[in-house]
Amino acid sequence: MAKKVALLQGNEACAYGALYAGCSFFGGYPITPSTEVAEVMSKELPKTGGKFIQMEDEIAAMASILGASLTGAKALTASSGPGISLKQELIGYACIAEIPCVIVNVMRGGPSTGMPTGPSQSDVMQAKWGTHGDHPAIALAPASCQEIFSETVRAFNLAEIYRMPVQVLLDEINGHMRERIEFPEPGDLEVVDRQQATVSPADYKPFDDSQGDIPPLASFGSEYRYHVTGLNKAADGFPTSKPELVDAEQRRQLRKIEANRAAIEKNEEYLIDDAEVIVVAYGTISRSARYAVDVLRKEGIKAGLFRPITLWPFPEQRMAELAGQAKAIVVPEMNLGQLILEVERVTRRVCPIEGIGRVDGEPITPAQIVAKVKEVL
Amino acid sequence: MAFDYEQYLRPGKLPHIWCPGCGHGIVMKGLLRAIDTCGLEKNNTAIVSGIGCASRLPGYVDFNTLHTAHGRAAAFATGIKMAKPEMDVLVVGGDGDGVAIGGNHFIHACRRNIDMTYVLLNNYIYGMTGGQFSPCTPTWAKASTTPYGNPDPIFDVPKLAIGAGATFVARTTAFHATQIDKLIAAGLRHKGMAVIEVLDDCPTAYGRRNKFRSVVDMMKRLKEIAVPVKAAAHMTPEQLEGKVLTGILHQEERPEYCEQYQQVIARAQGA
Amino acid sequence: MSSRYELRFSGAGGQGLITAGIILAEAAAIVEGQHAVQSQSYGPEARGGASKSEVIISNEPIDYPKATSVDACLALTQEAADKYAIGIKPGGMLLIDSDFVKREPQGDFKTVKFPIISTAKNEIGREIVANVVALGAMVALTGIVSREAGEQAVIARVPEAFIELNKKAYNTGYEKIKSLIA
Repeated sequence: MAKKVALLQGNEACAYGALYAGCSFFGGYPITPSTEVAEVMSKELPKTGGKFIQMEDEIAAMASILGASLTGAKALTASSGPGISLKQELIGYACIAEIPCVIVNVMRGGPSTGMPTGPSQSDVMQAKWGTHGDHPAIALAPASCQEIFSETVRAFNLAEIYRMPVQVLLDEINGHMRERIEFPEPGDLEVVDRQQATVSPADYKPFDDSQGDIPPLASFGSEYRYHVTGLNKAADGFPTSKPELVDAEQRRQLRKIEANRAAIEKNEEYLIDDAEVIVVAYGTISRSARYAVDVLRKEGIKAGLFRPITLWPFPEQRMAELAGQAKAIVVPEMNLGQLILEVERVTRRVCPIEGIGRVDGEPITPAQIVAKVKEVL
Repeated sequence: MAFDYEQYLRPGKLPHIWCPGCGHGIVMKGLLRAIDTCGLEKNNTAIVSGIGCASRLPGYVDFNTLHTAHGRAAAFATGIKMAKPEMDVLVVGGDGDGVAIGGNHFIHACRRNIDMTYVLLNNYIYGMTGGQFSPCTPTWAKASTTPYGNPDPIFDVPKLAIGAGATFVARTTAFHATQIDKLIAAGLRHKGMAVIEVLDDCPTAYGRRNKFRSVVDMMKRLKEIAVPVKAAAHMTPEQLEGKVLTGILHQEERPEYCEQYQQVIARAQGA
Repeated sequence: MSSRYELRFSGAGGQGLITAGIILAEAAAIVEGQHAVQSQSYGPEARGGASKSEVIISNEPIDYPKATSVDACLALTQEAADKYAIGIKPGGMLLIDSDFVKREPQGDFKTVKFPIISTAKNEIGREIVANVVALGAMVALTGIVSREAGEQAVIARVPEAFIELNKKAYNTGYEKIKSLIA
């Protein structure tokens, strides 16, 4: 049977991806350019008994999904820069209390109100460092509407597997553009559900690391009763200030990511094997870069594209390997130099690295990238 | 027979962090008696708090407990209740947590009339951070950040809750220990947003700055200012000067939020 | 060989140009199984201001989602014509509403004109379907999707009660161009 197809906006594809992943709770607050995610969820969730709530502010929206997640629901919120800034408080809470959830950031210009209807990629460092304290971060940056669907599914999987918030980074262009989507059938994409506690309720500890770095999270309202706090806590979930326990807990939280990089990282490489100039681009701008690589190849210039789909954790090892083979690296991004800092750091600048920054509300064009590649060669 | 508090207390989690003379323990005991009276099941009950002295209460009691971020308790609780409406959801917290940093969440939980019971322990001060003035600190009272006296007017918490749409609003004081559990129990039985303000004492951060020589003086004041709402009906404005009304101040029936959402589900499913 | 073809629908906010772009993209991507990307840009106003919707159609996956050099452009207002005709590639096409675009943009492209909005108002009876008249005209002008595919996409998008009205609008726009360029 032919798959169901539709022409969908990226934001709509994101919402349908969430539903495919089994999301049953959405808490949101209106903000451009992410609102279509909420609109689809408000329409679709109640059809299957799921819950949609529009909260009084961005912080409350974030709080509501954490409360819902603690009852066992897969929970989603969506916003854009100003809203994501407000949510940082509770993104940190989700990190320390290890509550799975997915946060979509349809990036627009900034700081502050910025340009609500203009695209941007200037929140990529915020996705890593936005909330205070040391904490793990996973952020995914899909490029096409089909990939927005599948990466949203993967975001839920990663949130459940690693018991933490996962961000999906879109931008005003790929959030609003429409493309043909083929809806995957159930079973086409992997859907991971939350690991259930197996010990007796009396023995359950929500942060018990004796079986590994990611303890199962029981649901509120089940037979397991436990305490959750934003304070540093011991394995039983109760606050502690014992130095060795605090240290162990913080290190375990980072280790959840560091020890599982291979399972979390995801990249696309295009014409990279013999590439002399490597364009490192993500999200919408990776599409400009791919176009530019084709143009350059036609002119006989050996250009290739390295596209991190998982932005955080950053693909350090592969990036460093590629830098070793390249004569130069070009990093186009709709900000004034963010992910390029990571490229410079992990490659130790073994070759020249040039950025293209654009923050005028227009996308970086293929022509800009072509010109920059020719300039660095 | 004496009430068995132990059955609801988590073993090994006491002593609590509250200062000698603090009324929070009195409120916690009242809360447990009310839960017992109403027959709430531990597995099916969530107690949510924000940040502050009062917000440490959930850590001591044996339910599904969630100690959230400053001011956010009502919003987390809303998520729990919406996702699992069959659960009994309570919020406990202080005045600064509830109506300053959490004010927006507080009024919107009232507006939605979501079925939860919010016990607000108003001790007139930010105790945990060392005694800064809150929206409930009386005008010209002293706090660590009002060395010349507090110029701010106060929030009247019950009036705020009623104005925002809560359908059960009550007030008592830490002195009136037996009324605490009666009012909380009435709030738990009420379908919709129930707000119970308990006027409380903070001898450490408020009392010693404001000429209360002892905890006993603070408790005496709570006793003196409280006027049952029925008695107030027969008193003149002059007699009510400086007094606060206690008891059930407001109760009405209005559609509850989770039930309203069930209608959304029914409509979405074509009913 | 990629057959990337770029179309731009421009005018004022509220004229339904984004919808016209969506219908064209659906005709290409859903009805005909081509690749298509539709995007838009707009100001904060829900009505008025200059608005544009772009559709890229190709036989291969589309990477850059915005127009690079426009093959065919529609402009319903003077402001839109002034602002958006610039991107038309040499040998491209511009369709304008002859009532509203009095200063014709100059360039190495072919300009076609007819009173699109007044056609909707006077011949179809509803100004609101001007975008569908324009869509029919753009399909006729470019041949980028078949006439039938465009009509099918129009029918799929509009409420049942308005199908006949919109079919008439679409086909009127289509016929106008066919007679103009015949």
